[in-house]
Amino acid sequence: MPAYRPPHIPASEITPRDIYLSRRHFMGAAAAAGLAMTGVGEAFAAPLASSPSIYKLDEKLTPKEAVTTYNNFYEFGVNKEDPAANSGDFKPTPWSVKVEGMVGKAAEFGLEELLKLPLEDRTYRMRCVEGWSMVIPWIGFPLSALLDKVDPLGSAKYVAFETVVRPEEMPGQKGFFQPLPWPYIEGLRLDEARHPLTILAVGLYGETLPNANGAPIRLVVPWKYGFKSIKSIVRISLVEKQPETTWKNANAREYGFYSNVNPAVDHPRWSQATEQRIGEGGFFGSNRRPTLPFNGYADQVASLYDGLDLKANY
Amino acid sequence: MLSIPALPTLPRRYHRASVWALYAIGLCPAVWYFYLGLTGGLGFNPVKEFEHALGIWALRFVIATLAITPLRDLAGINWMRYRRALGLLTFYYVLIHFAVYVSLDLRFNFGAVWGDIAKRPYITIGFACLLLLIPLAATSNNWSIRKLAQAWNRLHKLIYVIAVGGAIHYVLAVKSVTLVPFVHVALIVLLVTYRAVRRPILDWKRGKRSEARPARSQA
Repeated sequence: MPAYRPPHIPASEITPRDIYLSRRHFMGAAAAAGLAMTGVGEAFAAPLASSPSIYKLDEKLTPKEAVTTYNNFYEFGVNKEDPAANSGDFKPTPWSVKVEGMVGKAAEFGLEELLKLPLEDRTYRMRCVEGWSMVIPWIGFPLSALLDKVDPLGSAKYVAFETVVRPEEMPGQKGFFQPLPWPYIEGLRLDEARHPLTILAVGLYGETLPNANGAPIRLVVPWKYGFKSIKSIVRISLVEKQPETTWKNANAREYGFYSNVNPAVDHPRWSQATEQRIGEGGFFGSNRRPTLPFNGYADQVASLYDGLDLKANY
Repeated sequence: MLSIPALPTLPRRYHRASVWALYAIGLCPAVWYFYLGLTGGLGFNPVKEFEHALGIWALRFVIATLAITPLRDLAGINWMRYRRALGLLTFYYVLIHFAVYVSLDLRFNFGAVWGDIAKRPYITIGFACLLLLIPLAATSNNWSIRKLAQAWNRLHKLIYVIAVGGAIHYVLAVKSVTLVPFVHVALIVLLVTYRAVRRPILDWKRGKRSEARPARSQA
């Protein structure tokens, strides 16, 4: 079985090289200008140009308002409306991401530099471990494009990620009752990190990321539960051993390192067989639907886990 | 009797009306959240929001029910006349909470309901609390109190089990115990624990009073 079967790309979808190259140049400049215009990290999003990709879905997009006002980002509070309500003081610019560890060329990348990478539209399903889901049009670039710039060493087996710690700008990180230890940390196996579906997102719905959704740069791994997709990343480390991850540290019985979406493996306290699609149905209409193995991306990612017991490695 | 009321006492002729007012006010949160749900005011996962609000209000009413005795013991405020209403409001909220879960959330998929009750400890506990509330609600009337006499007191001690069960249900249902669950659970633990130390506290208070009394009569 091939390790990865990309979806079929119709010829009509392929943009000639000279067009996308000039487009990239324009986009990078436009995005940087857009960010600059937002001044000292204002909360509002700036337009962000991107090129279409093969990663689309036939499902209805979750309304933008739902995507940006109903989510978890405990650094801003534990309720779903908290990230949107409490992230106004957060300054997503200037920003840089350190990429270090077992790499040939460790580097710190400024956001402007990252925005010059080929930005693509990636519409993905997002399945929260709590049993709800969305369809979100992200803008981002493959994580592998960034990893290629630092020359990972052969000994690197995992990638560790870290969220920023700024109690003054993130109200959930201060006060006497904090739900998690900071910084929030996450990790992937190197082959998961290099998978074409794995992206670093810098925008959604055609604009830069709102603070609530992990501005200015976040991970999106669509076949894993949402908490794996760490937000507001400041550090990426290539490491040899499986890195610690925040939710596994908090409760290893309930949250594993892999956390692949799997309807056959229930959370110890609730079922993962179905999910509530946010923003559809409303009060009286049923919008529960069956959860798909690997969140519907089994064709592309199941082979990563050949021979791995998914019940034991939840 | 000897306690000093900290609040102005309500004239006796308003007692009945104030109890009915409590039922009416007590049902307001349910009506309000239902209205918000109908008009799109509960956000993007309205059924869950409604379900959770009803559950939290059930816990608040059980907390209020359990607070009546310590309020009288320690603060000298006698609101015993409201305890039945608060207890029944607890039952109504648990009942609506369950009804919403079965109807709006699981869409009458009784297989899934029984599966949850059998497999998920927090739902097992929650459902057990609902069942235990039924005999208490059914005997919350003067006739039952007279008929059951001492047995009524013993039966209604079940409320402690129910309150603790509700707290466990809540803690198990949330992803992590944050401030709001912590406060509710802490209050329940405090109020149930109070029952264990109530006797010594009352004896101590009575002792102080009998010491104080002869001194006053001499003066």
